[in-house]
Amino acid sequence: MKTSPLWRLAQALLVLWAAFSLSFAILYALPGDPVAILLAQSGEPGTADPAQVAELRARYHLDGSLWQQYGGALWRLLHLDLGVSLQTGKPVAAALAAALPATLALAFAALLLAVPLGIGVALAARQVRRRPLQAALHNAPALVVSLPTFWVGLLLLQLFSFRLHWLPAMGEHGVASLVLPALTLALPCAAMIAQVLGRSLASVSQQPFVQALRSKGVGRWRLLWRHVLHNAAIPLLSLTGTLLGNLLAGAVVTETVFSRDGVGRLAQAAVASQDIAVVQGVVLLAATLYVLTNLLTDLLYPRLDPRLRQGSHP
Amino acid sequence: MILQPTFAPSRALRYWPGFPLALSLLLFLLLLGWAFFPTLFSSADPLLADPTQTLRAPSAQHWFGTDHLGRDLYARCVHGAALSLQATAIAVLIALLVGTLLGGVAGWFGGVADRVLAVLVEVLMAIPALLLAMAIVTALGFGTLEIAVAVGLSSVAVFARLARGEVLRWRSRTFVEAARVVGVGPWSNLCRHVLPHAAGPLLALAALEFASAVLAVSALSFLGFGAPPPQPEWGLLIAEGRNYMVAAWWYTTLPGLVVAAVVLATQQLGRGLQRLQGEQP
Repeated sequence: MKTSPLWRLAQALLVLWAAFSLSFAILYALPGDPVAILLAQSGEPGTADPAQVAELRARYHLDGSLWQQYGGALWRLLHLDLGVSLQTGKPVAAALAAALPATLALAFAALLLAVPLGIGVALAARQVRRRPLQAALHNAPALVVSLPTFWVGLLLLQLFSFRLHWLPAMGEHGVASLVLPALTLALPCAAMIAQVLGRSLASVSQQPFVQALRSKGVGRWRLLWRHVLHNAAIPLLSLTGTLLGNLLAGAVVTETVFSRDGVGRLAQAAVASQDIAVVQGVVLLAATLYVLTNLLTDLLYPRLDPRLRQGSHP
Repeated sequence: MILQPTFAPSRALRYWPGFPLALSLLLFLLLLGWAFFPTLFSSADPLLADPTQTLRAPSAQHWFGTDHLGRDLYARCVHGAALSLQATAIAVLIALLVGTLLGGVAGWFGGVADRVLAVLVEVLMAIPALLLAMAIVTALGFGTLEIAVAVGLSSVAVFARLARGEVLRWRSRTFVEAARVVGVGPWSNLCRHVLPHAAGPLLALAALEFASAVLAVSALSFLGFGAPPPQPEWGLLIAEGRNYMVAAWWYTTLPGLVVAAVVLATQQLGRGLQRLQGEQP
Protein backbone atom coordinates (compact mmCIF):
# COMPACT_ATOMS: atom_id res chain seq x y z
CA MET A 1 0.00 0.00 0.00
CA LYS A 2 1.29 3.41 -0.96
CA THR A 3 1.34 5.73 2.02
CA SER A 4 3.70 8.47 0.92
CA PRO A 5 2.52 11.93 1.99
CA LEU A 6 2.21 13.07 -1.64
CA TRP A 7 -0.05 10.16 -2.51
CA ARG A 8 -2.14 10.88 0.58
CA LEU A 9 -2.45 14.54 -0.45
CA ALA A 10 -3.62 13.53 -3.92
CA GLN A 11 -6.24 11.29 -2.33
CA ALA A 12 -7.43 14.14 -0.12
CA LEU A 13 -7.77 16.42 -3.14
CA LEU A 14 -9.70 13.72 -4.98
CA VAL A 15 -12.17 13.43 -2.11
CA LEU A 16 -12.57 17.22 -1.98
CA TRP A 17 -13.23 17.31 -5.72
CA ALA A 18 -15.75 14.49 -5.35
CA ALA A 19 -17.46 16.32 -2.47
CA PHE A 20 -17.76 19.40 -4.67
CA SER A 21 -19.13 17.36 -7.57
CA LEU A 22 -21.62 15.53 -5.38
CA SER A 23 -22.92 18.71 -3.76
CA PHE A 24 -23.11 20.35 -7.18
CA ALA A 25 -25.02 17.38 -8.58
CA ILE A 26 -27.47 17.44 -5.66
CA LEU A 27 -28.04 21.19 -5.59
CA TYR A 28 -27.78 22.27 -9.22
CA ALA A 29 -28.66 19.26 -11.33
CA LEU A 30 -31.84 18.21 -9.55
CA PRO A 31 -35.10 19.66 -10.84
CA GLY A 32 -36.08 22.93 -9.24
CA ASP A 33 -34.96 26.17 -10.83
CA PRO A 34 -33.17 28.47 -8.32
CA VAL A 35 -34.05 31.56 -10.34
CA ALA A 36 -37.72 30.61 -10.39
CA ILE A 37 -37.61 30.11 -6.61
CA LEU A 38 -35.90 33.48 -6.20
CA LEU A 39 -38.51 35.24 -8.31
CA ALA A 40 -41.34 33.49 -6.50
CA GLN A 41 -39.88 34.57 -3.14
CA SER A 42 -39.47 38.17 -4.21
CA GLY A 43 -43.16 38.30 -4.97
CA GLU A 44 -42.85 38.39 -8.76
CA PRO A 45 -45.61 36.64 -10.67
CA GLY A 46 -44.88 33.39 -12.47
CA THR A 47 -44.47 35.01 -15.86
CA ALA A 48 -41.32 37.01 -15.25
CA ASP A 49 -39.64 39.23 -17.80
CA PRO A 50 -37.26 37.02 -19.85
CA ALA A 51 -34.61 39.72 -19.88
CA GLN A 52 -34.74 39.91 -16.08
CA VAL A 53 -34.48 36.13 -15.79
CA ALA A 54 -31.47 36.14 -18.12
CA GLU A 55 -29.83 38.89 -16.09
CA LEU A 56 -30.39 36.99 -12.83
CA ARG A 57 -29.02 33.81 -14.39
CA ALA A 58 -25.90 35.63 -15.51
CA ARG A 59 -25.39 37.26 -12.12
CA TYR A 60 -25.59 33.97 -10.23
CA HIS A 61 -23.65 32.02 -12.87
CA LEU A 62 -26.70 29.93 -13.65
CA ASP A 63 -26.61 30.51 -17.42
CA GLY A 64 -25.26 28.07 -19.98
CA SER A 65 -25.46 24.30 -19.91
CA LEU A 66 -25.03 22.30 -16.72
CA TRP A 67 -21.48 21.35 -17.71
CA GLN A 68 -20.58 25.00 -18.32
CA GLN A 69 -21.99 25.90 -14.90
CA TYR A 70 -20.04 23.05 -13.34
CA GLY A 71 -16.80 24.06 -15.03
CA GLY A 72 -17.28 27.69 -14.04
CA ALA A 73 -18.07 26.82 -10.43
CA LEU A 74 -15.04 24.52 -10.20
CA TRP A 75 -12.81 27.19 -11.69
CA ARG A 76 -14.08 29.77 -9.22
CA LEU A 77 -13.65 27.30 -6.35
CA LEU A 78 -9.98 26.94 -7.27
CA HIS A 79 -9.76 30.67 -6.57
CA LEU A 80 -11.57 30.17 -3.26
CA ASP A 81 -14.67 31.86 -4.65
CA LEU A 82 -17.76 30.00 -3.45
CA GLY A 83 -20.20 32.03 -5.52
CA VAL A 84 -22.80 34.58 -4.53
CA SER A 85 -25.65 34.11 -2.05
CA LEU A 86 -28.99 34.10 -3.82
CA GLN A 87 -30.65 35.81 -0.87
CA THR A 88 -28.27 38.60 0.06
CA GLY A 89 -26.28 38.92 -3.16
CA LYS A 90 -23.07 38.90 -1.14
CA PRO A 91 -20.17 36.46 -1.61
CA VAL A 92 -20.68 33.16 0.21
CA ALA A 93 -17.06 33.03 1.33
CA ALA A 94 -17.47 36.36 3.14
CA ALA A 95 -20.69 35.21 4.82
CA LEU A 96 -18.98 32.03 6.00
CA ALA A 97 -15.96 33.93 7.25
CA ALA A 98 -18.23 36.29 9.18
CA ALA A 99 -20.17 33.43 10.78
CA LEU A 100 -17.17 31.23 11.52
CA PRO A 101 -15.72 32.88 14.67
CA ALA A 102 -18.91 32.41 16.71
CA THR A 103 -19.17 28.75 15.68
CA LEU A 104 -15.47 28.19 16.33
CA ALA A 105 -15.83 29.59 19.84
CA LEU A 106 -18.82 27.33 20.46
CA ALA A 107 -17.09 24.25 19.02
CA PHE A 108 -13.91 24.95 20.98
CA ALA A 109 -15.84 25.32 24.22
CA ALA A 110 -17.71 22.10 23.44
CA LEU A 111 -14.44 20.27 22.80
CA LEU A 112 -13.02 21.58 26.05
CA LEU A 113 -15.98 19.98 27.84
CA ALA A 114 -16.30 16.85 25.71
CA VAL A 115 -12.74 15.56 25.70
CA PRO A 116 -12.19 15.41 29.50
CA LEU A 117 -15.76 14.24 30.06
CA GLY A 118 -15.55 11.46 27.47
CA ILE A 119 -12.13 10.26 28.59
CA GLY A 120 -13.14 10.49 32.24
CA VAL A 121 -16.30 8.44 31.76
CA ALA A 122 -14.43 5.78 29.78
CA LEU A 123 -11.69 5.49 32.40
CA ALA A 124 -14.15 5.49 35.29
CA ALA A 125 -16.29 2.81 33.62
CA ARG A 126 -13.16 0.67 33.43
CA GLN A 127 -11.92 1.24 36.98
CA VAL A 128 -15.06 1.50 39.07
CA ARG A 129 -15.96 -1.81 40.64
CA ARG A 130 -19.29 -0.99 42.31
CA ARG A 131 -21.92 -2.73 40.24
CA PRO A 132 -24.72 -0.17 39.83
CA LEU A 133 -22.29 2.69 39.23
CA GLN A 134 -20.28 0.66 36.77
CA ALA A 135 -23.40 -0.31 34.85
CA ALA A 136 -24.50 3.33 34.77
CA LEU A 137 -21.12 4.48 33.47
CA HIS A 138 -21.13 1.74 30.84
CA ASN A 139 -24.58 2.56 29.55
CA ALA A 140 -24.50 6.34 29.82
CA PRO A 141 -22.76 6.99 26.46
CA ALA A 142 -25.22 4.87 24.47
CA LEU A 143 -28.08 6.58 26.28
CA VAL A 144 -26.78 10.08 25.56
CA VAL A 145 -26.19 9.29 21.88
CA SER A 146 -29.82 8.32 21.46
CA LEU A 147 -31.23 11.55 22.88
CA PRO A 148 -32.19 14.16 20.27
CA THR A 149 -29.66 17.02 20.53
CA PHE A 150 -32.29 19.71 20.13
CA TRP A 151 -34.35 18.21 22.94
CA VAL A 152 -31.37 18.08 25.29
CA GLY A 153 -30.72 21.74 24.49
CA LEU A 154 -34.31 22.66 25.21
CA LEU A 155 -34.28 20.69 28.49
CA LEU A 156 -31.10 22.43 29.65
CA LEU A 157 -32.59 25.76 28.67
CA GLN A 158 -35.78 25.00 30.54
CA LEU A 159 -34.01 23.84 33.68
CA PHE A 160 -31.08 26.24 34.02
CA SER A 161 -32.49 29.37 32.40
CA PHE A 162 -36.21 29.38 33.01
CA ARG A 163 -36.50 27.45 36.30
CA LEU A 164 -33.28 28.17 38.14
CA HIS A 165 -32.33 31.44 36.36
CA TRP A 166 -28.66 30.53 36.58
CA LEU A 167 -27.71 31.19 32.99
CA PRO A 168 -29.03 33.45 30.21
CA ALA A 169 -31.36 31.77 27.72
CA MET A 170 -30.44 33.60 24.54
CA GLY A 171 -27.91 36.08 23.27
CA GLU A 172 -24.15 36.03 22.92
CA HIS A 173 -22.71 38.00 25.78
CA GLY A 174 -19.75 36.59 27.62
CA VAL A 175 -18.94 33.11 28.84
CA ALA A 176 -22.23 32.56 30.67
CA SER A 177 -24.23 32.48 27.44
CA LEU A 178 -21.78 29.95 26.00
CA VAL A 179 -22.17 27.35 28.76
CA LEU A 180 -25.51 25.79 27.81
CA PRO A 181 -24.94 25.62 24.03
CA ALA A 182 -21.46 24.24 24.55
CA LEU A 183 -22.79 21.61 26.96
CA THR A 184 -25.54 20.64 24.48
CA LEU A 185 -22.99 20.26 21.72
CA ALA A 186 -20.47 18.51 23.97
CA LEU A 187 -22.69 15.73 25.32
CA PRO A 188 -23.02 13.63 22.12
CA CYS A 189 -19.33 14.18 21.32
CA ALA A 190 -18.30 13.12 24.84
CA ALA A 191 -20.48 10.03 24.47
CA MET A 192 -18.77 9.19 21.17
CA ILE A 193 -15.31 9.62 22.72
CA ALA A 194 -16.30 7.49 25.72
CA GLN A 195 -17.64 4.71 23.48
CA VAL A 196 -14.56 4.56 21.24
CA LEU A 197 -12.09 4.84 24.11
CA GLY A 198 -14.02 2.30 26.19
CA ARG A 199 -13.91 -0.26 23.38
CA SER A 200 -10.25 0.44 22.78
CA LEU A 201 -9.40 0.15 26.49
CA ALA A 202 -11.18 -3.18 26.66
CA SER A 203 -9.30 -4.60 23.67
CA VAL A 204 -5.90 -3.37 24.87
CA SER A 205 -6.52 -4.84 28.33
CA GLN A 206 -6.91 -8.26 26.73
CA GLN A 207 -3.43 -8.14 25.24
CA PRO A 208 -0.68 -10.39 26.61
CA PHE A 209 1.59 -7.54 27.71
CA VAL A 210 -1.13 -6.26 30.04
CA GLN A 211 -1.60 -9.72 31.51
CA ALA A 212 2.17 -10.00 31.97
CA LEU A 213 2.35 -6.65 33.75
CA ARG A 214 -0.60 -7.54 35.91
CA SER A 215 0.95 -10.85 36.90
CA LYS A 216 4.12 -8.98 37.84
CA GLY A 217 2.05 -7.06 40.34
CA VAL A 218 1.59 -3.66 38.69
CA GLY A 219 -1.30 -1.85 40.36
CA ARG A 220 -4.57 -1.28 38.51
CA TRP A 221 -4.27 2.52 38.29
CA ARG A 222 -0.61 2.50 37.35
CA LEU A 223 -1.29 -0.17 34.74
CA LEU A 224 -4.09 1.89 33.22
CA TRP A 225 -2.29 5.19 33.34
CA ARG A 226 1.19 4.16 32.27
CA HIS A 227 0.57 1.24 29.92
CA VAL A 228 -3.00 0.75 28.72
CA LEU A 229 -4.04 4.34 28.07
CA HIS A 230 -1.06 5.05 25.80
CA ASN A 231 -2.01 2.23 23.51
CA ALA A 232 -5.74 2.74 23.75
CA ALA A 233 -5.69 6.45 22.97
CA ILE A 234 -4.55 6.01 19.38
CA PRO A 235 -7.97 5.13 17.89
CA LEU A 236 -9.22 8.44 19.32
CA LEU A 237 -7.00 10.23 16.83
CA SER A 238 -8.83 8.78 13.85
CA LEU A 239 -12.07 9.93 15.43
CA THR A 240 -11.03 13.60 15.21
CA GLY A 241 -12.34 14.17 11.67
CA THR A 242 -15.74 12.65 12.43
CA LEU A 243 -15.86 14.56 15.69
CA LEU A 244 -15.29 17.91 14.00
CA GLY A 245 -17.95 17.07 11.44
CA ASN A 246 -20.35 16.20 14.23
CA LEU A 247 -19.56 19.48 15.96
CA LEU A 248 -20.42 21.41 12.78
CA ALA A 249 -23.61 19.42 12.20
CA GLY A 250 -24.51 19.72 15.86
CA ALA A 251 -23.95 23.47 15.62
CA VAL A 252 -26.83 23.67 13.13
CA VAL A 253 -29.24 22.36 15.76
CA THR A 254 -27.60 23.98 18.79
CA GLU A 255 -27.38 27.44 17.24
CA THR A 256 -31.01 27.18 16.18
CA VAL A 257 -32.12 26.14 19.67
CA PHE A 258 -30.17 28.90 21.42
CA SER A 259 -30.71 31.53 18.69
CA ARG A 260 -26.99 32.09 18.24
CA ASP A 261 -25.39 33.40 15.09
CA GLY A 262 -22.91 31.15 13.34
CA VAL A 263 -22.31 28.76 10.49
CA GLY A 264 -25.03 26.39 11.68
CA ARG A 265 -27.65 29.10 11.78
CA LEU A 266 -26.44 30.31 8.38
CA ALA A 267 -26.94 26.80 6.99
CA GLN A 268 -30.39 26.47 8.54
CA ALA A 269 -31.50 29.81 7.12
CA ALA A 270 -29.98 28.97 3.74
CA VAL A 271 -31.89 25.70 3.50
CA ALA A 272 -35.09 27.41 4.63
CA SER A 273 -34.77 29.96 1.82
CA GLN A 274 -33.28 27.41 -0.64
CA ASP A 275 -30.13 29.47 -1.06
CA ILE A 276 -28.13 26.75 -2.82
CA ALA A 277 -24.85 28.66 -3.02
CA VAL A 278 -24.66 29.07 0.77
CA VAL A 279 -25.72 25.46 1.39
CA GLN A 280 -22.97 24.25 -0.92
CA GLY A 281 -20.52 26.54 0.84
CA VAL A 282 -21.31 25.01 4.24
CA VAL A 283 -21.16 21.47 2.85
CA LEU A 284 -17.77 22.18 1.28
CA LEU A 285 -16.53 23.73 4.52
CA ALA A 286 -17.49 20.58 6.43
CA ALA A 287 -15.88 18.31 3.84
CA THR A 288 -12.67 20.37 3.80
CA LEU A 289 -12.50 20.27 7.58
CA TYR A 290 -12.88 16.49 7.61
CA VAL A 291 -10.41 15.86 4.79
CA LEU A 292 -7.76 18.17 6.24
CA THR A 293 -8.07 16.69 9.74
CA ASN A 294 -7.82 13.18 8.41
CA LEU A 295 -4.83 14.11 6.29
CA LEU A 296 -3.15 15.60 9.32
CA THR A 297 -3.89 12.65 11.61
CA ASP A 298 -2.73 10.18 8.96
CA LEU A 299 0.57 12.02 8.70
CA LEU A 300 0.82 12.19 12.51
CA TYR A 301 0.12 8.51 13.10
CA PRO A 302 3.65 7.20 12.44
CA ARG A 303 5.07 9.88 14.74
CA LEU A 304 2.83 8.83 17.60
CA ASP A 305 2.82 5.08 17.06
CA PRO A 306 6.31 3.61 16.66
CA ARG A 307 4.80 0.41 15.29
CA LEU A 308 3.69 2.26 12.16
CA ARG A 309 7.13 3.62 11.30
CA GLN A 310 8.75 2.28 8.18
CA GLY A 311 10.67 -0.94 8.43
CA SER A 312 9.09 -2.10 11.66
CA HIS A 313 5.90 -3.61 10.25
CA PRO A 314 5.06 -6.82 12.06
CA MET B 1 -0.71 -17.81 26.96
CA ILE B 2 -3.82 -15.70 26.69
CA LEU B 3 -5.98 -15.67 29.77
CA GLN B 4 -9.69 -15.89 29.20
CA PRO B 5 -12.08 -13.62 31.04
CA THR B 6 -13.56 -15.51 33.96
CA PHE B 7 -17.05 -14.13 33.45
CA ALA B 8 -18.92 -15.89 30.66
CA PRO B 9 -22.70 -15.89 30.54
CA SER B 10 -24.24 -19.32 30.70
CA ARG B 11 -25.87 -20.71 27.60
CA ALA B 12 -29.38 -20.44 28.91
CA LEU B 13 -28.93 -16.82 29.93
CA ARG B 14 -27.66 -15.76 26.53
CA TYR B 15 -30.98 -16.42 24.83
CA TRP B 16 -33.03 -14.77 27.53
CA PRO B 17 -33.87 -11.37 26.10
CA GLY B 18 -33.46 -9.58 29.40
CA PHE B 19 -35.52 -6.81 30.87
CA PRO B 20 -34.31 -3.90 28.66
CA LEU B 21 -34.94 -5.86 25.49
CA ALA B 22 -38.41 -6.94 26.60
CA LEU B 23 -39.29 -3.37 27.52
CA SER B 24 -37.98 -2.16 24.15
CA LEU B 25 -40.10 -4.71 22.32
CA LEU B 26 -43.14 -3.61 24.29
CA LEU B 27 -42.44 0.06 23.50
CA PHE B 28 -41.94 -0.72 19.82
CA LEU B 29 -45.21 -2.63 19.65
CA LEU B 30 -46.94 0.30 21.35
CA LEU B 31 -45.39 2.60 18.76
CA LEU B 32 -46.69 0.42 15.94
CA GLY B 33 -50.10 0.56 17.58
CA TRP B 34 -49.91 4.37 17.71
CA ALA B 35 -48.95 4.49 14.06
CA PHE B 36 -51.52 2.06 12.67
CA PHE B 37 -54.48 2.50 15.01
CA PRO B 38 -54.15 6.03 16.43
CA THR B 39 -57.86 6.32 17.23
CA LEU B 40 -57.60 3.24 19.47
CA PHE B 41 -55.10 5.00 21.74
CA SER B 42 -56.47 8.50 21.77
CA SER B 43 -60.01 9.62 21.25
CA ALA B 44 -59.13 13.33 21.02
CA ASP B 45 -58.76 15.05 17.65
CA PRO B 46 -55.10 16.06 17.10
CA LEU B 47 -56.07 19.06 14.95
CA LEU B 48 -59.07 20.32 16.90
CA ALA B 49 -58.28 23.57 18.69
CA ASP B 50 -60.11 24.40 21.92
CA PRO B 51 -59.58 28.04 22.96
CA THR B 52 -60.85 27.35 26.49
CA GLN B 53 -58.17 24.72 27.14
CA THR B 54 -54.92 26.42 26.09
CA LEU B 55 -51.63 25.43 27.76
CA ARG B 56 -53.15 23.13 30.41
CA ALA B 57 -50.70 21.06 32.44
CA PRO B 58 -50.81 17.25 32.14
CA SER B 59 -53.87 15.79 33.86
CA ALA B 60 -56.09 12.72 33.72
CA GLN B 61 -58.02 14.27 30.86
CA HIS B 62 -54.98 15.50 28.89
CA TRP B 63 -52.12 13.09 29.62
CA PHE B 64 -49.45 15.26 27.98
CA GLY B 65 -51.23 18.57 28.59
CA THR B 66 -52.45 20.87 25.84
CA ASP B 67 -50.68 23.26 23.46
CA HIS B 68 -51.11 26.97 22.79
CA LEU B 69 -54.25 26.34 20.72
CA GLY B 70 -55.76 23.95 23.24
CA ARG B 71 -55.03 20.82 21.22
CA ASP B 72 -54.39 17.62 23.18
CA LEU B 73 -50.64 16.90 23.03
CA TYR B 74 -50.98 13.19 23.70
CA ALA B 75 -53.32 12.89 20.73
CA ARG B 76 -50.87 14.86 18.61
CA CYS B 77 -48.01 12.57 19.65
CA VAL B 78 -50.08 9.47 18.87
CA HIS B 79 -51.17 10.74 15.48
CA GLY B 80 -47.68 12.03 14.73
CA ALA B 81 -46.30 8.52 15.15
CA ALA B 82 -47.64 7.50 11.75
CA LEU B 83 -45.94 10.45 10.00
CA SER B 84 -42.63 10.07 11.79
CA LEU B 85 -42.55 6.29 11.54
CA GLN B 86 -43.46 6.41 7.86
CA ALA B 87 -40.62 8.84 7.16
CA THR B 88 -38.18 6.72 9.14
CA ALA B 89 -39.21 3.50 7.41
CA ILE B 90 -38.86 5.08 3.96
CA ALA B 91 -35.46 6.50 4.90
CA VAL B 92 -34.13 3.14 6.13
CA LEU B 93 -35.56 1.35 3.09
CA ILE B 94 -33.88 3.79 0.69
CA ALA B 95 -30.56 3.55 2.51
CA LEU B 96 -30.79 -0.26 2.57
CA LEU B 97 -31.68 -0.63 -1.12
CA VAL B 98 -29.29 1.97 -2.53
CA GLY B 99 -26.49 0.92 -0.20
CA THR B 100 -26.91 -2.77 -1.01
CA LEU B 101 -26.99 -2.04 -4.72
CA LEU B 102 -23.86 0.14 -4.66
CA GLY B 103 -21.93 -2.08 -2.26
CA GLY B 104 -23.02 -5.25 -4.03
CA VAL B 105 -21.97 -4.01 -7.46
CA ALA B 106 -18.66 -2.69 -6.12
CA GLY B 107 -17.85 -5.90 -4.28
CA TRP B 108 -18.99 -8.19 -7.08
CA PHE B 109 -17.50 -6.48 -10.11
CA GLY B 110 -14.51 -4.86 -8.39
CA GLY B 111 -12.18 -2.71 -10.50
CA VAL B 112 -13.48 0.72 -11.47
CA ALA B 113 -16.81 0.24 -9.69
CA ASP B 114 -14.97 -0.52 -6.46
CA ARG B 115 -12.72 2.54 -6.77
CA VAL B 116 -15.70 4.80 -7.46
CA LEU B 117 -17.53 3.42 -4.44
CA ALA B 118 -14.47 3.91 -2.24
CA VAL B 119 -14.36 7.60 -3.16
CA LEU B 120 -18.13 7.95 -2.79
CA VAL B 121 -18.09 6.39 0.68
CA GLU B 122 -15.18 8.62 1.67
CA VAL B 123 -17.15 11.68 0.52
CA LEU B 124 -20.26 10.55 2.35
CA MET B 125 -18.14 10.15 5.49
CA ALA B 126 -16.59 13.58 4.95
CA ILE B 127 -19.90 15.43 4.81
CA PRO B 128 -21.81 15.16 8.11
CA ALA B 129 -25.06 13.27 7.51
CA LEU B 130 -27.23 16.12 8.76
CA LEU B 131 -25.60 18.65 6.40
CA LEU B 132 -25.88 16.26 3.46
CA ALA B 133 -29.54 15.66 4.27
CA MET B 134 -30.06 19.43 4.47
CA ALA B 135 -28.48 19.85 1.02
CA ILE B 136 -30.78 17.19 -0.43
CA VAL B 137 -33.80 18.81 1.23
CA THR B 138 -32.77 22.13 -0.32
CA ALA B 139 -32.94 20.54 -3.74
CA LEU B 140 -36.09 18.46 -3.19
CA GLY B 141 -38.17 20.96 -1.23
CA PHE B 142 -39.81 20.54 2.18
CA GLY B 143 -42.14 17.82 3.41
CA THR B 144 -42.28 14.49 5.22
CA LEU B 145 -41.44 12.43 2.14
CA GLU B 146 -38.62 14.80 1.17
CA ILE B 147 -36.87 14.55 4.53
CA ALA B 148 -37.31 10.78 4.42
CA VAL B 149 -35.53 10.61 1.06
CA ALA B 150 -32.84 13.00 2.28
CA VAL B 151 -32.14 11.01 5.45
CA GLY B 152 -32.13 7.77 3.46
CA LEU B 153 -29.68 8.99 0.83
CA SER B 154 -27.39 10.55 3.42
CA SER B 155 -26.98 7.25 5.31
CA VAL B 156 -26.19 5.08 2.30
CA ALA B 157 -22.49 4.81 3.13
CA VAL B 158 -22.72 2.36 6.07
CA PHE B 159 -24.93 -0.02 4.09
CA ALA B 160 -22.71 0.18 1.02
CA ARG B 161 -19.64 -0.66 3.07
CA LEU B 162 -21.29 -3.60 4.81
CA ALA B 163 -22.78 -4.94 1.55
CA ARG B 164 -19.41 -4.73 -0.17
CA GLY B 165 -17.71 -6.61 2.65
CA GLU B 166 -20.38 -9.31 2.71
CA VAL B 167 -20.25 -9.78 -1.08
CA LEU B 168 -16.47 -10.07 -0.95
CA ARG B 169 -16.84 -12.65 1.80
CA TRP B 170 -19.20 -14.85 -0.20
CA ARG B 171 -18.14 -14.36 -3.81
CA SER B 172 -15.22 -16.79 -3.68
CA ARG B 173 -17.24 -19.59 -2.04
CA THR B 174 -17.49 -22.84 -3.91
CA PHE B 175 -21.22 -22.70 -4.51
CA VAL B 176 -20.95 -19.23 -6.08
CA GLU B 177 -18.13 -20.35 -8.36
CA ALA B 178 -20.07 -23.50 -9.19
CA ALA B 179 -23.04 -21.37 -10.22
CA ARG B 180 -20.75 -19.31 -12.43
CA VAL B 181 -19.29 -22.43 -14.05
CA VAL B 182 -22.77 -23.80 -14.71
CA GLY B 183 -23.47 -20.59 -16.61
CA VAL B 184 -25.41 -18.36 -14.23
CA GLY B 185 -24.97 -14.75 -15.33
CA PRO B 186 -23.17 -12.31 -13.03
CA TRP B 187 -26.28 -10.34 -12.09
CA SER B 188 -28.48 -13.30 -11.29
CA ASN B 189 -25.56 -14.95 -9.50
CA LEU B 190 -25.16 -11.82 -7.35
CA CYS B 191 -28.88 -11.54 -6.64
CA ARG B 192 -29.78 -15.22 -6.32
CA HIS B 193 -26.74 -16.69 -4.62
CA VAL B 194 -24.66 -13.99 -2.92
CA LEU B 195 -27.05 -11.33 -1.64
CA PRO B 196 -29.36 -13.73 0.26
CA HIS B 197 -26.38 -14.57 2.46
CA ALA B 198 -25.70 -10.88 3.04
CA ALA B 199 -29.33 -10.24 3.97
CA GLY B 200 -28.97 -11.12 7.66
CA PRO B 201 -26.25 -8.63 8.61
CA LEU B 202 -27.77 -5.97 6.34
CA LEU B 203 -31.19 -6.29 7.96
CA ALA B 204 -29.65 -6.19 11.43
CA LEU B 205 -27.87 -2.99 10.44
CA ALA B 206 -31.15 -1.63 9.09
CA ALA B 207 -32.77 -2.24 12.48
CA LEU B 208 -29.94 -0.36 14.15
CA GLU B 209 -30.06 2.46 11.59
CA PHE B 210 -33.76 2.82 12.30
CA ALA B 211 -32.86 4.49 15.59
CA SER B 212 -30.54 7.07 14.03
CA ALA B 213 -33.08 7.66 11.25
CA VAL B 214 -35.72 8.54 13.87
CA LEU B 215 -33.25 11.06 15.29
CA ALA B 216 -32.32 12.52 11.89
CA VAL B 217 -35.94 12.78 10.73
CA SER B 218 -37.00 14.52 13.94
CA ALA B 219 -34.00 16.87 13.77
CA LEU B 220 -34.84 17.94 10.20
CA SER B 221 -38.47 18.29 11.17
CA PHE B 222 -37.43 20.39 14.19
CA LEU B 223 -35.39 22.67 11.91
CA GLY B 224 -38.58 23.29 9.96
CA PHE B 225 -37.99 21.27 6.80
CA GLY B 226 -40.71 18.67 7.38
CA ALA B 227 -44.46 18.78 7.09
CA PRO B 228 -46.11 22.23 7.37
CA PRO B 229 -47.43 23.32 10.83
CA PRO B 230 -50.87 21.84 11.40
CA GLN B 231 -49.35 18.37 11.01
CA PRO B 232 -48.34 16.70 14.31
CA GLU B 233 -44.86 15.60 13.21
CA TRP B 234 -42.74 14.96 16.32
CA GLY B 235 -39.86 17.31 15.54
CA LEU B 236 -42.31 20.04 14.59
CA LEU B 237 -44.28 19.55 17.82
CA ILE B 238 -41.12 20.19 19.82
CA ALA B 239 -40.20 23.20 17.67
CA GLU B 240 -43.66 24.70 18.24
CA GLY B 241 -43.27 24.27 21.97
CA ARG B 242 -40.10 26.38 22.00
CA ASN B 243 -42.08 29.60 22.21
CA TYR B 244 -43.98 28.46 25.31
CA MET B 245 -41.14 27.00 27.35
CA VAL B 246 -41.53 29.40 30.26
CA ALA B 247 -45.26 28.77 30.65
CA ALA B 248 -45.53 25.12 29.61
CA TRP B 249 -42.68 22.75 30.42
CA TRP B 250 -44.64 19.75 29.12
CA TYR B 251 -44.98 21.16 25.61
CA THR B 252 -41.38 20.38 24.56
CA THR B 253 -40.45 17.86 27.25
CA LEU B 254 -43.06 15.15 26.75
CA PRO B 255 -42.97 14.85 22.93
CA GLY B 256 -39.16 14.85 23.20
CA LEU B 257 -39.39 12.06 25.74
CA VAL B 258 -41.46 10.07 23.24
CA VAL B 259 -38.77 10.52 20.56
CA ALA B 260 -36.00 9.57 22.99
CA ALA B 261 -37.91 6.48 24.13
CA VAL B 262 -38.50 5.35 20.55
CA VAL B 263 -34.84 5.85 19.64
CA LEU B 264 -33.67 3.93 22.72
CA ALA B 265 -36.12 1.09 22.16
CA THR B 266 -35.27 0.63 18.47
CA GLN B 267 -31.58 0.82 19.29
CA GLN B 268 -31.92 -1.93 21.89
CA LEU B 269 -33.85 -4.07 19.43
CA GLY B 270 -31.27 -3.46 16.70
CA ARG B 271 -28.46 -4.44 19.05
CA GLY B 272 -30.38 -7.56 20.02
CA LEU B 273 -30.82 -8.52 16.37
CA GLN B 274 -27.14 -7.91 15.67
CA ARG B 275 -26.15 -10.08 18.63
CA LEU B 276 -28.42 -12.80 17.31
CA GLN B 277 -26.74 -12.46 13.91
CA GLY B 278 -23.31 -12.67 15.47
CA GLU B 279 -24.16 -15.93 17.21
CA GLN B 280 -25.24 -17.63 14.04
CA PRO B 281 -22.41 -19.49 12.31
